[in-house]
Amino acid sequence: MRRIAHRGWPQRRLLDVASLLTTPLAPDDFLGLVNPLWSNRQLAGRVVDVRQETSDSATIVIRPGAGWRGHRAGQHVTLGIAVDGVRHQRSYSLTSPPRGVDGHISIAVKAVRDGLVSTHLVRRTAPGSIVFLGQAAGGFVLPEPPPERLLFVTAGSGVTPVMGMLRTLARSGALHDAVLVHVDRQPSSVMFAGELRRHAGRRTLRLHEHHTAQDGRPSAAEILQRVPDWTERETWACGPSALLDDLQTRFDEAGVAARLRVERFHPAVAPGAHDAEGGTVTFTRSGVTVDVDGTTTLLAAGEAAGALLPSGCRAGICRTCVGSLRAGLVRDVRTGQVSGGAGDVIQTCVSVAAGAVAIDL
Amino acid sequence: MPTHPASPLERLTDDDLDAIARELDAIGDAVRADLGEPDAAYIRRVIALQRALEASARILLFVTRSRSAAVGGAALLTTAKILDNLAIGHNVMHGQWDWMRDPQIHSTTWEWDAPSTAASWKHSHNYQHHTYTNIVGKDRDLGYSAIRVHPDQPWHPVYLLQPLYGIALALIFEWAIAIYDMELDAVRDGRKTASQAKSELRAFARKAARQLAKDYVLFPAVSGRRARRTLLANLSANVLRSAWTHTIVFMGHLPEEAETFPEQQLEGESRGGWYVRQLLGSCNLDGRRPFHLMTGHLSFQIEHHLFPDVACHRYPEIAPRVRAVCERYDLPYASGPLGRQYRSVAKKILRYALP
Ligand code: FES
Repeated sequence: MRRIAHRGWPQRRLLDVASLLTTPLAPDDFLGLVNPLWSNRQLAGRVVDVRQETSDSATIVIRPGAGWRGHRAGQHVTLGIAVDGVRHQRSYSLTSPPRGVDGHISIAVKAVRDGLVSTHLVRRTAPGSIVFLGQAAGGFVLPEPPPERLLFVTAGSGVTPVMGMLRTLARSGALHDAVLVHVDRQPSSVMFAGELRRHAGRRTLRLHEHHTAQDGRPSAAEILQRVPDWTERETWACGPSALLDDLQTRFDEAGVAARLRVERFHPAVAPGAHDAEGGTVTFTRSGVTVDVDGTTTLLAAGEAAGALLPSGCRAGICRTCVGSLRAGLVRDVRTGQVSGGAGDVIQTCVSVAAGAVAIDL
Repeated sequence: MPTHPASPLERLTDDDLDAIARELDAIGDAVRADLGEPDAAYIRRVIALQRALEASARILLFVTRSRSAAVGGAALLTTAKILDNLAIGHNVMHGQWDWMRDPQIHSTTWEWDAPSTAASWKHSHNYQHHTYTNIVGKDRDLGYSAIRVHPDQPWHPVYLLQPLYGIALALIFEWAIAIYDMELDAVRDGRKTASQAKSELRAFARKAARQLAKDYVLFPAVSGRRARRTLLANLSANVLRSAWTHTIVFMGHLPEEAETFPEQQLEGESRGGWYVRQLLGSCNLDGRRPFHLMTGHLSFQIEHHLFPDVACHRYPEIAPRVRAVCERYDLPYASGPLGRQYRSVAKKILRYALP
């Protein structure tokens, strides 16, 4: 259904008219039932292949549905998947070049311990599964045309956005003089190892691997030592914050801060794993910030601090008090369960903060 | 207004009420903790069924010539609209499926195929009705003011006509609640600002216009020569849906067993007190699975009022546990077949039409 997928104005017009007949639903609500990939309201994708990368990581090839607007190498995508009926969202870097084979896109996922979504994706996702997608986002991208001399510094799954860049460069014949310094636990845990080593063999890429199980964590200085001409290269780095901070300091000191672009990985917090009690709560729309303990509900705390918040029953029944989280985790006072994350809708009258919270109210 | 003299609320001690609250909390928590993929699949299935029924009804009405096919189309459409109202809309807007975190099946985003806007309805139903259940003067669901169903409601000669306008109300029920939900009289006594009322009215007008246009202008128009037939089919589907919803709503709180309460009941009401009030004010309807589906499981009105945000298709399985709690504390658990409850409500409406 590529034709519907690329809806031009006649189709859009038609859908607008049809929506008068389907009100209050949209024609998409019917189309999406026949094939989730036809829905424009809820961008979806179908998993077409799951390829094992290492023992705990896999590449997931997805055919995005109507409305996917494409991406640039290095960008990431929000992926939603239902685990036990509950939808979870995570961001993953895209590893496929833009406009890949058959319009497919791919992400690579490393199963982290206690990672509900990542283990589900790596171990239990089969071709045919439906996933939900956001649009590609992020400014960690190569300029057009790409610079001649490149340096990439990556650690662990930080290699995934860089893989997307390398594949894009290789496809257009623009991969001539790139260096990749990659930090990982051991040789067998390196994702895309075969492909990277093949590039290295063809001399289009110089590859340095650091294995922490053997040599410990390298400092930025140690990494840059491997690349004598690093100050003359355009650099992209992705990995844990400590490493990136260290790199940033080095680049600053050398007066070439502008040559470094970083992408930070925010490790996903597994819901329930967090045992913080209380925290600073920001009501973004009211412009109120207040420190709360682990027993005062967000509604009570916000009101006491002068925020005008919607409320009704104040007992978790009516859902008048709901607001969308910008960040943070909350504990439901009725069940004790901790949940949250950006975009999650919560009831302020029965939620207490589990750490710092920002809510769109 | 005095509480019914034999009300168990007079007899139960604070400790009893706390114990009841603990037992009922445990029942609700157990289901909430157990929700998973099969439950998500249930609501998705019902939504798919509803949309399939609606689409086939519209297609049937569009392509067929025979009268019996038109009647079939109208029947399918009626079923689709009932499912949309009761089995899906009512329950989704209660937040019963918010735990799935699916933005398309969420209490904050759902809109139904009825003239009441989701926002107004959630306020009057989820908040006012579910918080103040059967408190005379506060629960605006109670008899919908226009109808006298309790000896303590002061009599007025217009009530003589209530058996008649009661029927009319059933036929236009969806419009009645749409207007009623906005609670425009609250502006007069200052509980609602004029600007808020105005914005609610505008939202209602917009939605109502689209609803009317769809069923009474656009679908007939695209039916060409069969316009009149399509219009009649749509009208009958809407009226029947209204009448059915009205029946289920009235049967849930108005049969003779259902208790009402004075406003004082709210003072310092504990969680246990709230639970018991929900219990005493609600009545279940006996039936089989398809019947429960068509009532949106409001046939389990008691369970629904105890746990309004618990996925409705789990009510049948927790009903025996709720019943057991009732038996232990010697609380009534009202339940009966639709016919009997209907007679009971009709009797009340006739009785209280007179002084
Ligand atoms: S105020 Fe009613 S659910 Fe929070």
